[in-house]
Amino acid sequence: MPSSSPFLRQPASVQLVMLKVLAALLPGIAIYINFFGWAVVVQIAIASVTALLAEALMLTIRKKPVRPFLADGSALVTAWLVALTVPPIAPWWLTMLAVLIAIVIAKHLYGGLGQNPFNPAMVAFCSMIVAYPQLMSQWPAVGFTDFAAQIQAIFGQRHLDAIVMATPLDALRTALHTPEARATVSGVLGSHATFGNIGGKGWEWIALGYLIGGLWLIQQRVITWHVPAAFLGTLCLASLLANLANPDQYAGPVFHMLTGGAMLGAFFIATDPVSGSTTPRGKLIFAAGLALLTWIIRVFGAYPDGIAFATLLMNICVPLIDMHTQPAVFGHKGKAGKEPQR
Amino acid sequence: MNVRELFKFTGGVKPASHKAESNQAAIAVAPLSPVLTVPLRQNAGLASRPLVQAGDKVLKGQIIAGPGGSISVAIHAPTSGTVRGIETHPIPHPSGLLSPCVVIEADGEDRWIEHSAVDPYSLPVDELRMRLRDAGVVGLGGAAFPSFVKTQHSPTQDIETLILNGAECEPFITCDDLLMRTKPDEILDGAAILAHIAGAKRIVVGIEDNKPEAVSAMSTAAAKRSGLPIEVIAVPTRYPAGGEKQLIRVLTGIEIPFGKLGPDYGVQCFNVGTACATARALLSGEPMISRLVTVTGNVERPGNFEVRIGTPISDLLKLAEPKADTDRTLMGGPMMGFALPTLDAPLVKATNCILAGSKAMFPPPGPEMPCIRCGSCARACPMDLQPFEMFWFSRAKILGKAQEYHLFDCIECGCCTYVCPSRIPLVDYFRFAKSEIRAREKENEAADAARLRYEFRLEREEREKQEKAAKLAAKAAETKAKLAAAGDADEKKALIAAAMARTQEPKAEEKPSAE
Repeated sequence: MPSSSPFLRQPASVQLVMLKVLAALLPGIAIYINFFGWAVVVQIAIASVTALLAEALMLTIRKKPVRPFLADGSALVTAWLVALTVPPIAPWWLTMLAVLIAIVIAKHLYGGLGQNPFNPAMVAFCSMIVAYPQLMSQWPAVGFTDFAAQIQAIFGQRHLDAIVMATPLDALRTALHTPEARATVSGVLGSHATFGNIGGKGWEWIALGYLIGGLWLIQQRVITWHVPAAFLGTLCLASLLANLANPDQYAGPVFHMLTGGAMLGAFFIATDPVSGSTTPRGKLIFAAGLALLTWIIRVFGAYPDGIAFATLLMNICVPLIDMHTQPAVFGHKGKAGKEPQR
Repeated sequence: MNVRELFKFTGGVKPASHKAESNQAAIAVAPLSPVLTVPLRQNAGLASRPLVQAGDKVLKGQIIAGPGGSISVAIHAPTSGTVRGIETHPIPHPSGLLSPCVVIEADGEDRWIEHSAVDPYSLPVDELRMRLRDAGVVGLGGAAFPSFVKTQHSPTQDIETLILNGAECEPFITCDDLLMRTKPDEILDGAAILAHIAGAKRIVVGIEDNKPEAVSAMSTAAAKRSGLPIEVIAVPTRYPAGGEKQLIRVLTGIEIPFGKLGPDYGVQCFNVGTACATARALLSGEPMISRLVTVTGNVERPGNFEVRIGTPISDLLKLAEPKADTDRTLMGGPMMGFALPTLDAPLVKATNCILAGSKAMFPPPGPEMPCIRCGSCARACPMDLQPFEMFWFSRAKILGKAQEYHLFDCIECGCCTYVCPSRIPLVDYFRFAKSEIRAREKENEAADAARLRYEFRLEREEREKQEKAAKLAAKAAETKAKLAAAGDADEKKALIAAAMARTQEPKAEEKPSAE
């Protein structure tokens, strides 16, 4: 019972915020399942159970109340993001390890909910891709939805070399980085089986699913427009300029925006309030920098996607960005003392 | 009606207004309580100085306490009767503070003291201001700041616009709404007088657009008047549109920064109730001895009552018949009011609302969670602050940093706490940090004063030492000169003997005392 004002409270809770984020992921997940099979759900289940157990364990060790924090849903959001960024046929222990790194190290060792300077899911992704680059870049072919084979890949010993492919982004980068191949963007995109017409077969639809969920989050005021707009705008601009300069070497904006984790990153990763910038101008700078780094790592780097590393790099800059982008408070905007308008 | 361009303030929230419960019934006059307890400390500034003592007979409207300083007003007997004494009594305060009050036993006759109207436009402005002070007129919007002080401007402040605040943005409260509906002419009479005192060239009335009856009553009354141009403006309903700075912003586009006041920018703002009280004080000669109060919330018969100052809040609450599950009573609205520790406290000039609450009405918020920096509070803040940053530093007691994030610009409107998904009582943290900073400043001031005193003493002692040394040196030089001037040895001897005698003297004197 509040003993001092205000006595009224909006029916809002961290739990509600997190549940909305989870709900917003559903359209993208549904399409993901459609193209890559039920293995996606298996990964989400592994990640969720691991996350809740790890969260409960860490809360107990830290002598924090378990139930309210376990129910806040933040561990599930982290778990789902990890599950959606590892390959659907990744072995079970890899997903578990990734979630443990996210929850135990990136979240609780830094002080738990609200205290982590780095995005936990992206810490996990970066750790895994450095430790297991092979396993982290093997995706099933689009449309390979044989559940039995997938289960064997996740829980068995055998790797599904036959059905494994690189992601479109990865395949394009590898082709372009191999000088003797003399590949061009249009050549690769046109020839390779992985690619559809836009962002890679299937991938563009998944991206649209995340876009829809993300727009709903804006409408629900869980996130603001600043981060997605600045992220997608910058990614679009960088790829467009490069593409205009050399269309053979640089893929265009449509490909970049609809492939890999661009949409997931724009609406669900860069928007993490805890590790991201908080001021309106800061959000724009944060997301623009994130997008630029993503594009650079994608095009010139050695990893299949750049969002995870870009996120961590920009997380480091957040205190600096926030400090220099504090909005002017009421009466200090240079409007004060203005003649009243008639 | 709205021809003027309105401005927006950022932030704000839209809680359910709950106005309809209390704004349907006509204003009722609360019956006279047998004992009235009139606190001497009712207004912002200094408490009033009592002028009566136990056993004195007083008439209704008689001054029982005079202004206790330059920012203070007179206080009057709300009815006729006998002064029982000046007693310490709980006053409406979150802590249940005890404070001296003039306790009057009513004689039931309710006999007025002789009073008369004046023509405000034939009197000098300063005379009018003194009359407002002596009639005990303070702001009725909640802060109870003496109105006569507000109307005193420095010569550099040229008042262009007088703003009447009829926004009444707090949920549940409807006393200003009812007043505007029933006494629009009196309000505008008072506004015209206040504008005259301030030298304003026009009057703008701001009313939230959820009060259409009040808007139309005020517009009709304004249209009938000649004299200063009066505009009645319906402003969008969004808490805290009735905050003085927010209303000025919405109506004029001017943002008044922390540390500045309306008159610095050519605007002066008064609550509609204050304007009405001004008219009553000057045009009828009736001092401020009662006010309109909304009694609402968890009660059977919510409504507005004309209540004498000093009436026990328990008596007033009974009139509205609180429901059985009422577990607390607030003074003020649910956003900025406070829970009364005791219903023994009397009604004061600042009491605009008595709000009965229950667990069902104000359900306890869930457990407090850590801040997730979602920024909801920053988006809701009408002062464009970053409450989550201020919270961070307030909690860590890094008070300098909290101040850098403009802690003192916070108007404690409660919007941030209202929206926080982690249910952090942000405003409480800010109140704590502010009082902590004020206490530290006081400590520093005391320490500074002590240090200055000490330094001054050191300096004085040093100076005295030097002066003494200089004196001795001068004397020595003089003696030397005399010695040099003295020709023969006899004179020198005489001088030395005299000096020896001088040095012996005190010793000789000391000896007896040493024994």
